[in-house]
Amino acid sequence: MFPINETMGQYSELFMLLAAGTYTVAFIAFAWDLAKSSKALRTVDLKAAAAAGKSDAATAGPASADSASADSGAKVPVAAGAVRGAAADADRAAGHLAGPAGRAERPSSSVSGRAEAPGSGAGRTANASMKYDAERRVPARVAVALTVLGAAIHAAGVLTRAVGAGRVPWGNMYEFLTTGAFVAVAVFLVVLIRRDLRFLGTFVVGLVIIMLVAASVAYWTPVGHLVPALQSYWLVIHVSIAVLSSALFTLTFAMSALQLVQSHRQKTIAAGGEDKLGFMRLVPSALSLENLSYRINAIAFIGWTFTLMFGAIWAEKAWGRFWGWDTKEVWTFVIWVVYAGYLHARATRGWTGTRAAWLSIVGYLCVVFNFTIVNQFFNGLHSYSGL
Amino acid sequence: MSERVKSTKKSSGAGGPQAAPEDPREDPVKAAKADAALPALGILGMLRWAWTQLTSMRTALFLLLLLAVAAVPGSLFPQRPANPSVVTQYIKDHPDYGKILDSVQLYDVYSSAWFSAIYILLFISLIGCVVPRAIAHYRAMRSQPPRTPKRLSRLPEYGTLVLPAEAGVPASDAIEDAAALLKKRGYRVEVRHDDGARPSLGAERGFLKEVGNLVFHTSLIGVLVSVAVGGLFGYSGQRILVEGDTFVNTLVGYDQFTPGTNFQSSQLQPYSIQLDKFQATFDRESKGKFGQPIDFTADVTTKENPGAPAKKEVLKVNDPVTLGGTSIYLTGNGYAPVVTVRDGKGNIAMQGPVVAKLQGENYYSSVVIKVPDAKPDQLGFAGFFLPTAFVTDKGISFSGDPDLINPQLSLNSYYGDLGLDKGSPQNVFELDVKDLKQLNGRDLKAGGITLAPGSTYTLPDGKGSISFDGVKKYVGVDIHHNPGQLSALIFALLAVAGLVVSLYVNRRRVWVRTGTHEDGRTMVEYGLLARGEDHRLAGEAVAIRGLLADAWGLDSQKLPSERADNGPADAQPADAAAEGAADASAAMPSEDFIQSTAGSHESKKDQ
Ligand code: HEM
Repeated sequence: MFPINETMGQYSELFMLLAAGTYTVAFIAFAWDLAKSSKALRTVDLKAAAAAGKSDAATAGPASADSASADSGAKVPVAAGAVRGAAADADRAAGHLAGPAGRAERPSSSVSGRAEAPGSGAGRTANASMKYDAERRVPARVAVALTVLGAAIHAAGVLTRAVGAGRVPWGNMYEFLTTGAFVAVAVFLVVLIRRDLRFLGTFVVGLVIIMLVAASVAYWTPVGHLVPALQSYWLVIHVSIAVLSSALFTLTFAMSALQLVQSHRQKTIAAGGEDKLGFMRLVPSALSLENLSYRINAIAFIGWTFTLMFGAIWAEKAWGRFWGWDTKEVWTFVIWVVYAGYLHARATRGWTGTRAAWLSIVGYLCVVFNFTIVNQFFNGLHSYSGL
Repeated sequence: MSERVKSTKKSSGAGGPQAAPEDPREDPVKAAKADAALPALGILGMLRWAWTQLTSMRTALFLLLLLAVAAVPGSLFPQRPANPSVVTQYIKDHPDYGKILDSVQLYDVYSSAWFSAIYILLFISLIGCVVPRAIAHYRAMRSQPPRTPKRLSRLPEYGTLVLPAEAGVPASDAIEDAAALLKKRGYRVEVRHDDGARPSLGAERGFLKEVGNLVFHTSLIGVLVSVAVGGLFGYSGQRILVEGDTFVNTLVGYDQFTPGTNFQSSQLQPYSIQLDKFQATFDRESKGKFGQPIDFTADVTTKENPGAPAKKEVLKVNDPVTLGGTSIYLTGNGYAPVVTVRDGKGNIAMQGPVVAKLQGENYYSSVVIKVPDAKPDQLGFAGFFLPTAFVTDKGISFSGDPDLINPQLSLNSYYGDLGLDKGSPQNVFELDVKDLKQLNGRDLKAGGITLAPGSTYTLPDGKGSISFDGVKKYVGVDIHHNPGQLSALIFALLAVAGLVVSLYVNRRRVWVRTGTHEDGRTMVEYGLLARGEDHRLAGEAVAIRGLLADAWGLDSQKLPSERADNGPADAQPADAAAEGAADASAAMPSEDFIQSTAGSHESKKDQ
């Protein structure tokens, strides 16, 4: 057992605060990016729509013929774009009805094609493939740079905590939160290398700030040794996988929430309504959000399956039974079943899209509940929260 | 799932080559037909209908979500299997609804009728899914890839390649080249020369995906069965061992014993385990957690059988000892003050360690001593043991540290009939003082008894004396035997393996058709189709295109033929299926062939 180093522990707390501060600035930058890009996109859209309105007056006619808002489409150029969007959206809806079998053939290509169609106008969403495009978004770059900086400081905080306590830094609520927040940011940044998920920035960084603040305010615990029940290599395995899966679930939670908003917006626009949620232009279409969050959820579900299994193996080692319906076990099971339900929903006609997104959100709420309420207010064998 | 099964059957059955994705629009019709036919079906039909409903994906989803919801109350209310006494107390504390909750089994959620009903239905549904699906998949694996659809351009991934006449690769060779290439890539390939001018091939790979899915679901059944076996044939028990004590694995050796439904006492192997020494280490470093336990170690001596050689072993938390098919776990520990009680006649009526039950911080524990052998009156003591005694200004004593720094025993004493002779069972940790007369107590003239190690207190009225000789340690061990454990683990691992395979193997079909243009060029077109979620299909199309181009020495980048995106508008699966059903080898309109080569390259942004 390594000795405790309180000085390191104090450094760690300082790093955590610095990281939270940096993230706060990054958060502002992300929000700025949303606002600015949506304004820029709107101008582009208006121009494109105007151009489309002029050159494509003929096509606006036929397109609007099968749309509810036929007359408005003929009158205003901007609305002509909306009508196109509507047509595209109707297809999308049809795709949804077709179920995953029909839909999964082209997870994103069919959508991207249409979203990028010229003059797709006010109903527009960002590039569905979530790849970076040529356009430079300065605020977004600043935000990502700040997030990287914050993550570096945060990593120092996690490391010094580990050194200070002489063990893995996930032995109590404070450490779960600080380390979990770090993993969430790290996963986000790793995904950012390949996909342009910067539109999720406010969400993810916002959640991370909440986690860090909650850790420092509500769950602060000084560095210390682990109680014998937690001294096992299974702590390293079981908890690290749980934290990693939770970080992934955090991403998909954000995406599913945005998916609901986006799908509402797309429906409104398709029905000829006004686009009140302009900032959502930066966000890809509901369908592409769903497709990517499905892929991440699939990974996270495998992770959670391992969490459950390794937890059971550890329980067998520590308490002599691999499953005892202890409160924590119950909730871990509930989360697992909800996400299994999510995976089934994606393969069930009529349950894809919005309903699947709700399941993903409910699953995440269960994760949060399992972490906060269950750890603090339910008595069980898992009373390790260090409170 | 039923939808999937149907379509698989369709594809593998004799009559129905299935080329396109399952037609979404066909199902409502089917469903409507089924609904309409309902009243005429009679009992058998009703049963069949019920079975179809039960094994449908929608029902599976519903039951899964229901299971999640049903599991929750078990975390809100105390559960009998975990803690029966808490349940009893809870019912007492809530006279208004405590009993009602009991009548709907909310204290036994996980063995309740309703919880069992949900998971049993779920597993019946699961079996109803897996079996037909396995059969269908077995057939699919043995049948040839589906026939080449007439219009490949309607597939989600489509492209063409053109071999110049001077390359000298005729259509029939080109298709063989493509077949060899796809075989190497792991596809199962069938070449169709039936129409000489336009030979084609069908290829398929990724059968493992479905196998993975089936293994996953079957393994879940395996886990459930293993758990049931454990419940039937397993047993568990508890025992407290003071340093020096030996436990022998027989029914009488246990303090508490919970047999499984089918348990037989002959299952118990009479091994023994002796606690030689127990050591607890406490945190002396960190300020915030000063005195928190950081290590428990028990040195034990074990014997597999009464005659077997003794073996020294170490028992720790998270590190059980296995003996005779059971595992022994260190689950608790505490102090056992050693006392000697002499009765009114001066004889030793009781001598030995008394297990002190943990009550609070720093091993603040309660002590009950019953001395039925004391004469002329039986004696009883009740009080507390403090490893490091502190007394506040108000005279309240507490324990300041878990270690034995200032051990103290403070007791009240009683005499009279302990009620042990009647033979009714009593809790050793509680003293029923109803029929006893009190000798010592804080509010009595004689005061309470406060003892440090080595000291003796003489009871008033010549009732005897009590000496505090020293302190030993004790451990609580749990002993478990679960014969289903290993198979549960194996099935769980299988399930994860199946899950990973089913989520990450992609099932894909590729068709290639070649033909010779009037001007002598060899035209090649290909199309790809995935079953289920497959975001890498486009990448596969590019890879195959690259391989084909390499094989024929073409520059795949320069060929302006790829068409990425077939919106649903131009790929109506129904048409494609209909066409697929028609004679696939029928000559393809050549406009179609040429036309699709005009697709633009730039819409292909997303791979
Ligand atoms: C104990 C209950 C069940 C659990 C925990 C469970 C879990 C899962 C999970 C995690 C998946 C996703 C992995 C994969 O795609 O293979 C899945 C897929 C699937 N399950 Fe289940 N399942 C259960 C019961 C059922 C039942 C009763 C059915 C049949 C009605 C069923 C049919 C399917 C099908 C068809 C898929 C494949 C979905 C796809 O292709 O995307 N499952 N199941």
